[in-house]
Amino acid sequence: MSKLHTLSEAIKKYVHDGDVIYAAGFTHMIPFAAAHEIIRQKKKNLTVARATPDLIYDMLTAAGCVKKVIFSYMGNPGVGSLRIMRDAIEKGEMEWEEYSHFGMISRLQAGATGLPFMPMNQTGAPSLEKANPNIKRITDPFTGVEVIVVPPLNPDVAIVHVQRCDKHGNSQIWGIVGEQKEAAFASKHVIITAEEIVEEDIIRSDPNRTVIPSIIVDAVCQVPFSAHPSYTQGYYDRDNPFYLAWDEISQSTEKIQNWLDEWVYGVKDRDEYWEKLGEETHNRLKVSPRLSSPIDYGDY
Amino acid sequence: MNYNNAELMTVNAARLLRDGDVVFVGVGLPNLACNLARRTHAPNLVMIYEAGVIGARPSRLPLSIGDPCLVSGATAVCSMYDIFSFYLQRGNVDVGFLGGAQIDRFGNINATVIGDYNQPKTRLPGSGGSMEIAGWANRCYIITPHQKRRFPEKVDFITSAGFLSHRKEREASGARGKGPQGVVTHLGILEPDENGEMVLAALHPGANIDMIQQNTGWEVKVSVNLRETQPPSAEELRILREDLDPTGIYI
Repeated sequence: MSKLHTLSEAIKKYVHDGDVIYAAGFTHMIPFAAAHEIIRQKKKNLTVARATPDLIYDMLTAAGCVKKVIFSYMGNPGVGSLRIMRDAIEKGEMEWEEYSHFGMISRLQAGATGLPFMPMNQTGAPSLEKANPNIKRITDPFTGVEVIVVPPLNPDVAIVHVQRCDKHGNSQIWGIVGEQKEAAFASKHVIITAEEIVEEDIIRSDPNRTVIPSIIVDAVCQVPFSAHPSYTQGYYDRDNPFYLAWDEISQSTEKIQNWLDEWVYGVKDRDEYWEKLGEETHNRLKVSPRLSSPIDYGDY
Repeated sequence: MNYNNAELMTVNAARLLRDGDVVFVGVGLPNLACNLARRTHAPNLVMIYEAGVIGARPSRLPLSIGDPCLVSGATAVCSMYDIFSFYLQRGNVDVGFLGGAQIDRFGNINATVIGDYNQPKTRLPGSGGSMEIAGWANRCYIITPHQKRRFPEKVDFITSAGFLSHRKEREASGARGKGPQGVVTHLGILEPDENGEMVLAALHPGANIDMIQQNTGWEVKVSVNLRETQPPSAEELRILREDLDPTGIYI
Protein backbone atom coordinates (compact mmCIF):
# COMPACT_ATOMS: atom_id res chain seq x y z
CA MET A 1 0.00 0.00 0.00
CA SER A 2 1.41 3.35 -0.99
CA LYS A 3 1.80 5.82 1.85
CA LEU A 4 3.03 8.64 -0.35
CA HIS A 5 1.96 12.09 0.86
CA THR A 6 3.14 15.60 0.28
CA LEU A 7 4.89 16.87 3.39
CA SER A 8 2.16 19.43 3.84
CA GLU A 9 -0.55 16.70 3.82
CA ALA A 10 1.43 14.52 6.23
CA ILE A 11 1.91 17.32 8.77
CA LYS A 12 -1.74 18.31 8.49
CA LYS A 13 -2.88 14.75 9.07
CA TYR A 14 -0.48 13.56 11.79
CA VAL A 15 0.71 16.61 13.80
CA HIS A 16 -1.91 18.23 16.02
CA ASP A 17 -1.86 21.11 18.49
CA GLY A 18 -0.73 19.83 21.88
CA ASP A 19 1.05 16.73 20.51
CA VAL A 20 4.34 15.33 21.74
CA ILE A 21 6.63 15.19 18.70
CA TYR A 22 10.06 13.64 18.24
CA ALA A 23 12.00 14.95 15.24
CA ALA A 24 14.82 12.41 15.25
CA GLY A 25 18.49 12.37 14.25
CA PHE A 26 21.65 12.94 16.28
CA THR A 27 23.25 15.84 14.35
CA HIS A 28 22.68 13.80 11.16
CA MET A 29 19.53 13.97 8.95
CA ILE A 30 17.60 16.32 11.21
CA PRO A 31 14.21 16.81 9.51
CA PHE A 32 14.27 20.60 9.17
CA ALA A 33 11.83 20.66 6.24
CA ALA A 34 9.13 19.09 8.41
CA ALA A 35 9.72 21.61 11.20
CA HIS A 36 9.38 24.48 8.74
CA GLU A 37 6.09 23.00 7.53
CA ILE A 38 4.89 22.73 11.16
CA ILE A 39 5.72 26.43 11.56
CA ARG A 40 3.85 27.33 8.35
CA GLN A 41 0.82 25.40 9.57
CA LYS A 42 1.03 27.32 12.89
CA LYS A 43 0.83 24.28 15.18
CA LYS A 44 0.59 25.26 18.85
CA ASN A 45 1.39 23.95 22.33
CA LEU A 46 3.69 21.20 21.13
CA THR A 47 5.89 19.22 23.47
CA VAL A 48 9.09 18.77 21.53
CA ALA A 49 11.35 15.87 22.51
CA ARG A 50 14.89 15.31 21.22
CA ALA A 51 18.15 14.34 22.92
CA THR A 52 19.69 17.38 21.23
CA PRO A 53 17.09 20.07 20.45
CA ASP A 54 19.50 21.62 17.91
CA LEU A 55 18.45 24.54 15.73
CA ILE A 56 15.28 22.70 14.69
CA TYR A 57 13.62 23.20 18.10
CA ASP A 58 15.12 26.67 18.53
CA MET A 59 13.26 27.59 15.31
CA LEU A 60 9.99 25.96 16.46
CA THR A 61 10.28 27.84 19.76
CA ALA A 62 10.96 31.12 17.96
CA ALA A 63 7.81 30.60 15.89
CA GLY A 64 5.65 30.08 18.99
CA CYS A 65 4.87 26.37 18.41
CA VAL A 66 6.38 25.02 21.63
CA LYS A 67 4.98 24.63 25.15
CA LYS A 68 7.53 22.23 26.58
CA VAL A 69 10.88 20.63 25.71
CA ILE A 70 12.19 17.21 26.76
CA PHE A 71 15.94 16.99 26.16
CA SER A 72 19.42 15.95 27.27
CA TYR A 73 21.75 18.48 25.61
CA MET A 74 20.42 21.90 24.69
CA GLY A 75 23.22 23.47 22.71
CA ASN A 76 24.18 24.56 19.20
CA PRO A 77 26.67 21.72 18.54
CA GLY A 78 30.23 23.02 18.38
CA VAL A 79 29.03 26.63 18.59
CA GLY A 80 27.40 27.38 21.97
CA SER A 81 23.90 28.02 23.31
CA LEU A 82 20.50 27.61 21.75
CA ARG A 83 19.68 31.19 22.60
CA ILE A 84 15.94 31.17 21.97
CA MET A 85 15.15 28.12 24.08
CA ARG A 86 17.61 29.17 26.76
CA ASP A 87 16.01 32.59 26.94
CA ALA A 88 12.49 31.08 27.14
CA ILE A 89 13.58 28.87 30.05
CA GLU A 90 15.40 31.68 31.88
CA LYS A 91 12.30 33.89 31.54
CA GLY A 92 10.04 31.10 32.79
CA GLU A 93 8.13 30.99 29.50
CA MET A 94 8.75 27.35 28.62
CA GLU A 95 8.44 24.10 30.55
CA TRP A 96 11.29 21.62 30.39
CA GLU A 97 12.10 18.07 31.39
CA GLU A 98 15.70 17.03 31.39
CA TYR A 99 17.79 13.85 31.25
CA SER A 100 21.33 12.76 30.48
CA HIS A 101 21.78 11.35 26.96
CA PHE A 102 21.52 7.78 28.19
CA GLY A 103 18.47 8.59 30.32
CA MET A 104 16.74 10.18 27.34
CA ILE A 105 17.60 7.33 24.98
CA SER A 106 16.62 4.76 27.60
CA ARG A 107 13.17 6.37 27.76
CA LEU A 108 12.86 5.90 24.00
CA GLN A 109 14.20 2.36 24.22
CA ALA A 110 11.53 1.49 26.82
CA GLY A 111 8.89 3.15 24.66
CA ALA A 112 10.11 1.40 21.52
CA THR A 113 10.21 -2.08 23.06
CA GLY A 114 6.99 -1.94 25.06
CA LEU A 115 8.68 -2.10 28.45
CA PRO A 116 7.34 -0.36 31.59
CA PHE A 117 10.74 1.23 32.37
CA MET A 118 14.41 0.93 31.51
CA PRO A 119 17.15 0.34 34.10
CA MET A 120 20.56 2.03 34.03
CA ASN A 121 23.61 1.71 36.23
CA GLN A 122 24.51 4.41 38.73
CA THR A 123 26.65 7.27 37.50
CA GLY A 124 27.15 8.80 40.95
CA ALA A 125 25.79 12.21 39.85
CA PRO A 126 22.96 13.16 42.23
CA SER A 127 21.51 16.49 41.10
CA LEU A 128 19.41 15.66 38.04
CA GLU A 129 17.85 12.70 39.83
CA LYS A 130 16.69 15.13 42.54
CA ALA A 131 15.40 17.65 40.00
CA ASN A 132 13.40 15.25 37.80
CA PRO A 133 10.80 12.98 39.49
CA ASN A 134 10.79 10.75 36.39
CA ILE A 135 14.27 9.51 37.35
CA LYS A 136 13.80 6.92 40.09
CA ARG A 137 15.60 4.05 41.80
CA ILE A 138 14.58 0.45 42.28
CA THR A 139 16.35 -2.49 43.81
CA ASP A 140 17.65 -5.13 41.43
CA PRO A 141 15.83 -8.29 42.68
CA PHE A 142 18.83 -10.46 41.77
CA THR A 143 21.69 -8.60 43.44
CA GLY A 144 19.97 -6.18 45.83
CA VAL A 145 21.85 -3.28 44.21
CA GLU A 146 19.93 -0.08 43.42
CA VAL A 147 19.58 0.85 39.75
CA ILE A 148 18.24 4.02 38.11
CA VAL A 149 15.03 3.67 36.10
CA VAL A 150 13.20 5.94 33.66
CA PRO A 151 9.70 5.52 32.19
CA PRO A 152 8.92 4.94 28.51
CA LEU A 153 8.59 7.87 26.13
CA ASN A 154 5.85 7.35 23.55
CA PRO A 155 5.54 10.47 21.39
CA ASP A 156 2.40 11.09 19.35
CA VAL A 157 4.45 11.38 16.22
CA ALA A 158 8.05 10.74 15.15
CA ILE A 159 9.48 12.50 12.12
CA VAL A 160 12.48 10.77 10.60
CA HIS A 161 14.53 11.77 7.57
CA VAL A 162 16.18 8.92 5.65
CA GLN A 163 18.40 8.46 2.62
CA ARG A 164 15.99 6.22 0.79
CA CYS A 165 12.76 4.32 1.23
CA ASP A 166 10.09 2.68 -0.89
CA LYS A 167 6.53 3.98 -1.19
CA HIS A 168 5.45 1.66 1.63
CA GLY A 169 7.88 3.25 4.07
CA ASN A 170 10.65 0.62 4.28
CA SER A 171 13.46 3.01 5.15
CA GLN A 172 17.21 2.64 4.84
CA ILE A 173 19.69 4.74 6.75
CA TRP A 174 23.48 4.83 6.85
CA GLY A 175 25.94 7.09 8.61
CA ILE A 176 25.17 8.16 12.16
CA VAL A 177 22.05 6.27 13.21
CA GLY A 178 21.43 8.11 16.48
CA GLU A 179 17.97 7.32 17.82
CA GLN A 180 15.87 7.21 14.63
CA LYS A 181 14.85 3.57 15.00
CA GLU A 182 13.96 3.95 18.67
CA ALA A 183 11.99 7.16 18.05
CA ALA A 184 10.02 5.53 15.22
CA PHE A 185 9.13 2.37 17.16
CA ALA A 186 8.27 4.40 20.29
CA SER A 187 5.83 6.76 18.56
CA LYS A 188 2.15 6.33 17.76
CA HIS A 189 2.60 7.71 14.24
CA VAL A 190 5.65 7.92 11.98
CA ILE A 191 6.30 10.41 9.17
CA ILE A 192 9.24 9.60 6.91
CA THR A 193 10.88 12.24 4.72
CA ALA A 194 13.31 10.77 2.20
CA GLU A 195 16.03 12.03 -0.10
CA GLU A 196 14.87 9.40 -2.60
CA ILE A 197 11.85 7.16 -3.02
CA VAL A 198 13.15 3.98 -4.64
CA GLU A 199 11.60 0.80 -6.02
CA GLU A 200 10.96 -1.96 -3.52
CA ASP A 201 13.58 -4.09 -5.35
CA ILE A 202 16.33 -1.71 -4.29
CA ILE A 203 15.30 -2.00 -0.64
CA ARG A 204 15.13 -5.79 -1.00
CA SER A 205 18.66 -5.85 -2.48
CA ASP A 206 20.08 -4.81 0.91
CA PRO A 207 17.63 -5.77 3.69
CA ASN A 208 20.17 -5.37 6.52
CA ARG A 209 20.20 -1.65 5.87
CA THR A 210 16.48 -1.22 6.54
CA VAL A 211 16.16 0.47 9.92
CA ILE A 212 12.45 1.37 9.89
CA PRO A 213 9.96 -1.13 8.42
CA SER A 214 6.77 -0.15 6.57
CA ILE A 215 4.51 -1.69 9.24
CA ILE A 216 5.10 1.22 11.63
CA VAL A 217 5.11 4.01 9.01
CA ASP A 218 2.07 6.24 8.35
CA ALA A 219 3.33 8.68 5.74
CA VAL A 220 6.18 8.75 3.22
CA CYS A 221 7.22 12.10 1.75
CA GLN A 222 9.83 12.68 -0.92
CA VAL A 223 11.74 15.72 0.32
CA PRO A 224 15.26 16.07 -1.08
CA PHE A 225 17.59 18.27 1.00
CA SER A 226 15.13 18.04 3.89
CA ALA A 227 17.96 18.01 6.43
CA HIS A 228 19.69 21.31 5.55
CA PRO A 229 21.43 22.94 7.54
CA SER A 230 22.03 19.46 8.96
CA TYR A 231 23.30 16.89 6.43
CA THR A 232 22.55 13.59 4.77
CA GLN A 233 25.53 11.22 4.68
CA GLY A 234 26.69 10.73 1.11
CA TYR A 235 24.21 13.30 -0.29
CA TYR A 236 25.33 16.69 1.05
CA ASP A 237 27.50 18.16 3.80
CA ARG A 238 26.55 19.87 7.04
CA ASP A 239 26.24 23.63 6.57
CA ASN A 240 28.54 24.61 9.43
CA PRO A 241 28.58 28.31 8.46
CA PHE A 242 24.79 28.38 8.93
CA TYR A 243 25.12 26.91 12.43
CA LEU A 244 27.56 29.74 13.19
CA ALA A 245 25.25 32.30 11.54
CA TRP A 246 22.28 31.14 13.64
CA ASP A 247 24.22 32.11 16.75
CA GLU A 248 24.17 35.65 15.41
CA ILE A 249 20.59 35.62 14.02
CA SER A 250 19.15 34.22 17.24
CA GLN A 251 20.49 37.13 19.30
CA SER A 252 17.74 39.53 18.25
CA THR A 253 13.96 39.12 18.04
CA GLU A 254 13.89 41.22 14.89
CA LYS A 255 16.55 39.16 13.12
CA ILE A 256 14.78 35.93 14.07
CA GLN A 257 11.46 37.24 12.74
CA ASN A 258 13.10 38.41 9.51
CA TRP A 259 14.74 35.04 9.08
CA LEU A 260 11.46 33.16 9.62
CA ASP A 261 9.67 35.54 7.23
CA GLU A 262 12.25 35.03 4.53
CA TRP A 263 13.15 31.34 4.85
CA VAL A 264 10.03 29.68 6.32
CA TYR A 265 6.87 31.76 5.75
CA GLY A 266 8.30 33.22 2.54
CA VAL A 267 8.76 29.89 0.75
CA LYS A 268 6.14 27.33 -0.26
CA ASP A 269 8.11 24.19 0.41
CA ARG A 270 11.59 22.68 0.60
CA ASP A 271 12.14 22.80 -3.16
CA GLU A 272 11.68 26.55 -3.12
CA TYR A 273 13.91 26.85 -0.01
CA TRP A 274 16.69 24.84 -1.66
CA GLU A 275 16.46 26.89 -4.86
CA LYS A 276 16.61 30.07 -2.82
CA LEU A 277 19.80 28.92 -1.06
CA GLY A 278 21.48 29.28 -4.43
CA GLU A 279 24.28 27.76 -6.39
CA GLU A 280 27.14 28.85 -4.13
CA THR A 281 25.61 26.96 -1.19
CA HIS A 282 24.70 23.95 -3.36
CA ASN A 283 28.30 23.69 -4.55
CA ARG A 284 29.74 24.23 -1.10
CA LEU A 285 27.69 21.35 0.33
CA LYS A 286 28.42 18.88 -2.49
CA VAL A 287 30.22 15.73 -1.45
CA SER A 288 32.40 13.37 -3.51
CA PRO A 289 31.42 9.70 -3.58
CA ARG A 290 33.06 7.14 -1.30
CA LEU A 291 31.37 3.83 -2.11
CA SER A 292 31.30 0.85 0.21
CA SER A 293 32.55 -2.47 -1.08
CA PRO A 294 29.56 -4.54 -2.32
CA ILE A 295 28.51 -7.54 -0.23
CA ASP A 296 26.98 -10.79 -1.47
CA TYR A 297 23.67 -11.94 0.03
CA GLY A 298 23.74 -15.08 -2.17
CA ASP A 299 21.11 -16.12 -4.69
CA TYR A 300 19.10 -18.80 -2.81
CA MET B 1 59.16 28.23 21.12
CA ASN B 2 56.00 30.31 21.45
CA TYR B 3 52.64 28.69 22.05
CA ASN B 4 49.23 29.77 23.26
CA ASN B 5 47.07 28.44 26.13
CA ALA B 6 44.94 26.22 23.89
CA GLU B 7 48.06 24.60 22.42
CA LEU B 8 49.55 24.14 25.88
CA MET B 9 46.41 22.44 27.23
CA THR B 10 45.98 20.27 24.14
CA VAL B 11 49.57 19.01 24.21
CA ASN B 12 49.37 18.19 27.92
CA ALA B 13 46.04 16.41 27.49
CA ALA B 14 47.46 14.36 24.61
CA ARG B 15 50.36 13.20 26.78
CA LEU B 16 47.90 11.69 29.30
CA LEU B 17 46.70 9.17 26.72
CA ARG B 18 48.36 5.76 26.53
CA ASP B 19 48.92 3.73 23.41
CA GLY B 20 45.99 1.34 22.95
CA ASP B 21 43.55 3.41 25.01
CA VAL B 22 39.93 3.39 23.90
CA VAL B 23 38.94 7.03 24.27
CA PHE B 24 35.52 8.71 24.21
CA VAL B 25 36.23 11.89 22.27
CA GLY B 26 34.53 15.26 22.47
CA VAL B 27 34.79 18.05 19.92
CA GLY B 28 37.24 20.92 20.27
CA LEU B 29 40.43 20.49 22.27
CA PRO B 30 39.82 16.82 23.26
CA ASN B 31 39.47 15.93 19.59
CA LEU B 32 42.75 17.72 18.82
CA ALA B 33 44.46 16.08 21.80
CA CYS B 34 43.40 12.58 20.69
CA ASN B 35 44.49 13.11 17.11
CA LEU B 36 47.80 14.53 18.32
CA ALA B 37 48.39 11.54 20.60
CA ARG B 38 47.59 9.15 17.74
CA ARG B 39 50.20 10.84 15.54
CA THR B 40 52.87 10.85 18.25
CA HIS B 41 53.13 8.34 21.10
CA ALA B 42 49.78 6.50 20.82
CA PRO B 43 49.34 5.21 17.24
CA ASN B 44 46.93 2.50 18.43
CA LEU B 45 44.49 4.88 20.10
CA VAL B 46 40.86 3.96 19.34
CA MET B 47 38.61 7.01 19.08
CA ILE B 48 34.92 6.60 19.92
CA TYR B 49 32.48 9.47 19.38
CA GLU B 50 29.26 9.97 21.34
CA ALA B 51 27.30 10.04 18.07
CA GLY B 52 27.99 6.31 17.74
CA VAL B 53 31.18 6.17 15.69
CA ILE B 54 33.97 3.75 16.60
CA GLY B 55 37.52 3.89 15.28
CA ALA B 56 37.02 7.26 13.56
CA ARG B 57 39.83 8.64 11.39
CA PRO B 58 38.50 12.14 10.66
CA SER B 59 40.02 13.70 7.57
CA ARG B 60 39.15 17.23 8.69
CA LEU B 61 38.42 18.96 11.98
CA PRO B 62 34.77 18.34 12.88
CA LEU B 63 32.78 21.35 14.14
CA SER B 64 30.13 19.10 15.66
CA ILE B 65 30.24 15.76 17.46
CA GLY B 66 28.20 14.25 14.62
CA ASP B 67 30.17 15.39 11.59
CA PRO B 68 29.97 13.14 8.49
CA CYS B 69 33.79 13.00 8.26
CA LEU B 70 33.78 10.86 11.42
CA VAL B 71 31.75 8.14 9.69
CA SER B 72 33.61 7.81 6.39
CA GLY B 73 36.49 5.40 7.03
CA ALA B 74 35.48 4.47 10.60
CA THR B 75 35.56 0.83 11.77
CA ALA B 76 31.94 0.81 13.02
CA VAL B 77 28.84 2.94 13.47
CA CYS B 78 26.12 2.14 15.99
CA SER B 79 23.06 3.72 17.60
CA MET B 80 23.17 6.06 20.56
CA TYR B 81 21.64 3.39 22.78
CA ASP B 82 24.41 0.99 21.75
CA ILE B 83 27.27 3.45 22.28
CA PHE B 84 26.09 4.27 25.80
CA SER B 85 25.30 0.68 26.78
CA PHE B 86 27.59 -1.82 24.95
CA TYR B 87 30.53 0.54 25.00
CA LEU B 88 30.33 2.92 27.97
CA GLN B 89 28.11 1.18 30.55
CA ARG B 90 29.72 -2.20 29.88
CA GLY B 91 33.16 -0.78 30.69
CA ASN B 92 34.73 -0.80 27.24
CA VAL B 93 35.93 2.80 27.41
CA ASP B 94 39.30 3.60 29.01
CA VAL B 95 39.30 7.38 28.86
CA GLY B 96 36.71 10.14 28.77
CA PHE B 97 37.37 13.85 28.26
CA LEU B 98 35.07 16.39 29.91
CA GLY B 99 34.61 20.12 30.04
CA GLY B 100 32.02 22.16 31.91
CA ALA B 101 31.23 25.59 33.24
CA GLN B 102 32.37 24.78 36.77
CA ILE B 103 34.67 22.22 38.38
CA ASP B 104 34.90 21.98 42.15
CA ARG B 105 37.41 20.88 44.78
CA PHE B 106 36.40 17.21 44.41
CA GLY B 107 36.31 17.25 40.61
CA ASN B 108 32.52 17.44 40.34
CA ILE B 109 31.33 19.16 37.17
CA ASN B 110 28.43 21.54 36.58
CA ALA B 111 27.27 21.87 33.00
CA THR B 112 23.58 22.43 33.80
CA VAL B 113 22.69 25.64 35.58
CA ILE B 114 24.03 28.62 37.50
CA GLY B 115 21.70 29.50 40.36
CA ASP B 116 18.46 27.73 41.24
CA TYR B 117 17.54 24.80 38.98
CA ASN B 118 13.87 25.73 38.69
CA GLN B 119 14.46 29.46 38.24
CA PRO B 120 17.82 29.46 36.51
CA LYS B 121 19.96 32.57 36.38
CA THR B 122 21.99 31.04 33.58
CA ARG B 123 20.74 27.97 31.81
CA LEU B 124 23.62 25.89 30.40
CA PRO B 125 23.29 23.10 27.78
CA GLY B 126 23.07 20.26 30.32
CA SER B 127 24.64 16.81 30.62
CA GLY B 128 24.55 15.36 27.16
CA GLY B 129 26.64 12.25 27.67
CA SER B 130 28.92 13.72 30.31
CA MET B 131 27.03 12.18 33.25
CA GLU B 132 27.69 8.70 31.88
CA ILE B 133 31.23 9.43 30.69
CA ALA B 134 32.20 10.74 34.15
CA GLY B 135 30.51 7.78 35.80
CA TRP B 136 31.67 4.92 33.63
CA ALA B 137 34.91 5.65 31.73
CA ASN B 138 37.82 4.03 33.57
CA ARG B 139 39.70 7.36 33.68
CA CYS B 140 38.45 10.89 33.07
CA TYR B 141 40.34 14.05 32.26
CA ILE B 142 38.97 17.56 32.35
CA ILE B 143 40.35 20.32 30.11
CA THR B 144 39.51 23.90 31.06
CA PRO B 145 41.09 27.34 31.33
CA HIS B 146 42.13 28.18 34.90
CA GLN B 147 39.77 30.94 36.05
CA LYS B 148 38.32 31.57 39.50
CA ARG B 149 34.69 31.55 38.30
CA ARG B 150 35.25 28.11 36.79
CA PHE B 151 36.73 26.68 39.99
CA PRO B 152 34.27 27.23 42.87
CA GLU B 153 34.79 25.23 46.08
CA LYS B 154 31.41 23.55 45.50
CA VAL B 155 29.43 23.50 42.25
CA ASP B 156 25.79 24.68 42.13
CA PHE B 157 24.68 21.46 40.44
CA ILE B 158 26.53 18.15 40.04
CA THR B 159 25.93 17.26 36.38
CA SER B 160 28.78 14.74 36.36
CA ALA B 161 30.29 13.05 39.37
CA GLY B 162 33.85 13.63 40.44
CA PHE B 163 34.49 12.31 43.94
CA LEU B 164 31.33 14.01 45.36
CA SER B 165 32.42 15.04 48.89
CA HIS B 166 35.11 12.37 49.30
CA ARG B 167 36.62 9.46 47.38
CA LYS B 168 34.65 7.11 49.66
CA GLU B 169 31.38 8.75 48.67
CA ARG B 170 32.05 8.12 44.99
CA GLU B 171 33.00 4.51 45.69
CA ALA B 172 29.77 4.05 47.66
CA SER B 173 27.69 5.53 44.82
CA GLY B 174 28.23 2.48 42.64
CA ALA B 175 29.71 4.39 39.69
CA ARG B 176 32.05 1.94 37.95
CA GLY B 177 34.74 4.39 36.70
CA LYS B 178 37.69 5.63 38.75
CA GLY B 179 36.68 9.28 38.39
CA PRO B 180 38.65 12.34 37.30
CA GLN B 181 42.39 11.59 37.15
CA GLY B 182 43.51 15.04 36.07
CA VAL B 183 42.32 18.57 35.40
CA VAL B 184 44.47 20.14 32.69
CA THR B 185 44.43 23.95 32.72
CA HIS B 186 46.60 26.59 31.09
CA LEU B 187 48.55 26.94 34.35
CA GLY B 188 49.11 23.35 35.38
CA ILE B 189 47.53 20.01 36.23
CA LEU B 190 45.41 19.17 39.29
CA GLU B 191 45.14 15.54 40.36
CA PRO B 192 43.08 13.83 43.07
CA ASP B 193 44.76 12.98 46.40
CA GLU B 194 43.85 9.97 48.53
CA ASN B 195 40.63 11.72 49.63
CA GLY B 196 39.63 12.65 46.11
CA GLU B 197 40.48 16.34 46.59
CA MET B 198 42.00 17.97 43.49
CA VAL B 199 45.50 19.15 44.41
CA LEU B 200 48.17 20.91 42.39
CA ALA B 201 50.33 18.17 40.86
CA ALA B 202 52.17 19.97 38.05
CA LEU B 203 52.93 23.49 36.90
CA HIS B 204 53.44 24.47 33.29
CA PRO B 205 56.64 26.41 32.48
CA GLY B 206 56.29 30.01 33.68
CA ALA B 207 53.35 29.33 36.05
CA ASN B 208 53.64 29.39 39.83
CA ILE B 209 51.65 28.39 42.90
CA ASP B 210 50.41 31.95 43.49
CA MET B 211 48.90 32.11 40.02
CA ILE B 212 47.09 28.83 40.66
CA GLN B 213 45.79 30.04 44.03
CA GLN B 214 44.59 33.38 42.66
CA ASN B 215 42.55 31.59 40.02
CA THR B 216 41.02 28.89 42.20
CA GLY B 217 38.02 29.27 44.53
CA TRP B 218 39.42 27.20 47.39
CA GLU B 219 42.73 26.89 49.17
CA VAL B 220 44.63 24.58 46.84
CA LYS B 221 46.86 21.97 48.39
CA VAL B 222 50.17 21.35 46.68
CA SER B 223 51.39 17.81 46.07
CA VAL B 224 54.67 16.91 47.77
CA ASN B 225 55.78 15.63 44.36
CA LEU B 226 55.00 18.86 42.46
CA ARG B 227 56.29 18.48 38.88
CA GLU B 228 56.96 20.90 36.05
CA THR B 229 55.59 19.89 32.65
CA GLN B 230 57.81 19.82 29.58
CA PRO B 231 56.95 22.66 27.18
CA PRO B 232 55.21 21.66 23.94
CA SER B 233 57.78 20.38 21.47
CA ALA B 234 58.32 21.81 18.00
CA GLU B 235 56.94 18.59 16.51
CA GLU B 236 53.79 18.62 18.68
CA LEU B 237 53.12 22.23 17.70
CA ARG B 238 53.81 21.54 14.05
CA ILE B 239 51.26 18.68 13.95
CA LEU B 240 48.66 20.84 15.71
CA ARG B 241 49.16 23.89 13.53
CA GLU B 242 49.86 22.37 10.14
CA ASP B 243 47.92 19.10 10.14
CA LEU B 244 45.12 19.19 12.70
CA ASP B 245 43.86 22.77 12.91
CA PRO B 246 45.41 24.62 9.97
CA THR B 247 42.73 27.32 9.94
CA GLY B 248 43.01 27.93 13.68
CA ILE B 249 39.45 27.10 14.71
CA TYR B 250 40.39 25.90 18.19
CA ILE B 251 44.04 26.91 18.64
